Amino acid sequence: MNWRERLRPYRAAFAARFLQMLQYRSAALAGFATQCWWGGIKVMVLAAFYAGAQASAPMPLHQAITYTWLAQGLLALLPWTADPEVAQAVRTGAVAYDRLRPVDAYALWYARTTGWIAARVLPRLALMALFAAVLLPLAGWTDWAWRASAGAAAGLFALLSMGLALLVSASMVMLLNIATAAALNERGINALAVPVVIVLSGNLLPLALLPDAWQTLLLLQPLAALVDIPMRLYFGQLAGGQAWRGLGLQCFWLALFVGAGHAALGRTMRRLEIQGG
Amino acid sequence: MGTLPLFLRLAGASLQGQARYPASALMLTVGQFLATGIEVVAVWALFHRFGDLGGWRLGEVAVFYGLVNCMFAIADALGRGFDVLGTEFLRTGHFDRLLLRPRPLTLQLMGHDLRISRLGRLMQGLMVLGFGTVQAGVDWRPETVGLALFALAGGTALFLGILVLQGTLAFWTTESLEVANVLTYGGVEAAQYPLAIYAAWFRRLLTFAVPLACVAYYPVLAILGRGDPLGAPGWVGWASPLAGFAFLGLSFMAWKAGVRRYTSTGS
Repeated sequence: MNWRERLRPYRAAFAARFLQMLQYRSAALAGFATQCWWGGIKVMVLAAFYAGAQASAPMPLHQAITYTWLAQGLLALLPWTADPEVAQAVRTGAVAYDRLRPVDAYALWYARTTGWIAARVLPRLALMALFAAVLLPLAGWTDWAWRASAGAAAGLFALLSMGLALLVSASMVMLLNIATAAALNERGINALAVPVVIVLSGNLLPLALLPDAWQTLLLLQPLAALVDIPMRLYFGQLAGGQAWRGLGLQCFWLALFVGAGHAALGRTMRRLEIQGG
Repeated sequence: MGTLPLFLRLAGASLQGQARYPASALMLTVGQFLATGIEVVAVWALFHRFGDLGGWRLGEVAVFYGLVNCMFAIADALGRGFDVLGTEFLRTGHFDRLLLRPRPLTLQLMGHDLRISRLGRLMQGLMVLGFGTVQAGVDWRPETVGLALFALAGGTALFLGILVLQGTLAFWTTESLEVANVLTYGGVEAAQYPLAIYAAWFRRLLTFAVPLACVAYYPVLAILGRGDPLGAPGWVGWASPLAGFAFLGLSFMAWKAGVRRYTSTGS
């Protein structure tokens, strides 16, 4: 069997979950409306703070605004909840079917989870780009619009980095999935994961605006790989050799979380008791 | 049984039900406390970075923030029944059962599932309010305490009115609409900063369409003893929370129209 044959079940699992989630159009539209509103408030608050700034800020206002719109568009990328399908499969006992398939259990769930995340992120991100990068400037609100990247190279790096962010996010959601499978309950884990993820990914505020003393730690923690590193590449703050180092950091987190998840899933599955009939 | 005792009994039953699972209730409360408290991090970090917000200091913004979060926490606990009306009552047909009981509908819904976990947001709001009191040196005299309670009641009525409208929409859509979050959670987000920092169209929206400014901005100005940078006279804050009750009244009128339109879907 060549590698293409071997990858086929995972590609199919990804595509099936991706296409299934794309059906939820009204959920995407409702989420988009909420995020526009939310982004708008954040932009106005940032503009007010910048207008009265006594010290110079680490990033100009237009970058903070672009960051805000993109972070809102990438909201569904954040790993704050396990894939509900996994929790359901564990609770109903349907997980037994997955155990019978002659495929790698981790890779199968990983492919599905990636599809689940991608299908929720891409439509919202596209709508957000349409709204903040096209409609706002057309309406004459250029100051509050999503601006272009700092050149073609920065844009390409950012695109690559967002792809990696999707893979890293899926590897984190896999850890949540496994914890859900082990504990049979996802609500407790979700309640604690949400605040941590919102602050440390950069969704709450661009990480550069948090206190200067924290900056090194903030950049080196894994959640920065989801929003903040792609944004730093987009603005060209990480360029040349540093850009590659940013991507390398994302790859490092990806390898670490996939390895940890793979090991943890093996252990959980050996101890899992199938219930139901 | 009178209206108030009935409500208290419904609320008590709901709370006792949750108290059967103390660990779960505690965890959800702590989760709410943390999840709603992250906004504090944003406000604090921005003040740490920029010093002040167009003449407003951290302590003053903390008073706006704390009061708005308390309002929404109470309304959110009372309005849960309206929030889940589409999924839990209309689609399942349980709504028919409420209609058969010879007691006010809205009362039954308000007593339905009074969430203990909302205490998380309430405590968070009270703590920030306490911090703001110390930082901004708020002078709590009988009349300012009275005004704060009046504003709290008006704000709770306003947020409850938004939840009632959300429930009313469900009579047409038979599902609970996420879009209302724009006004509930989004309203909290907007009203936790002084209104004066926003663009003019947004200020008008928050004053005349969804009168958040009337229950938060103007009364807090009076409590802080600050003049309005936009030039509203000082007495406005003492009267404006009434707008919250008016909003709730209009919401109930829309609700009645929705109930009249209702046809059962369940079996």
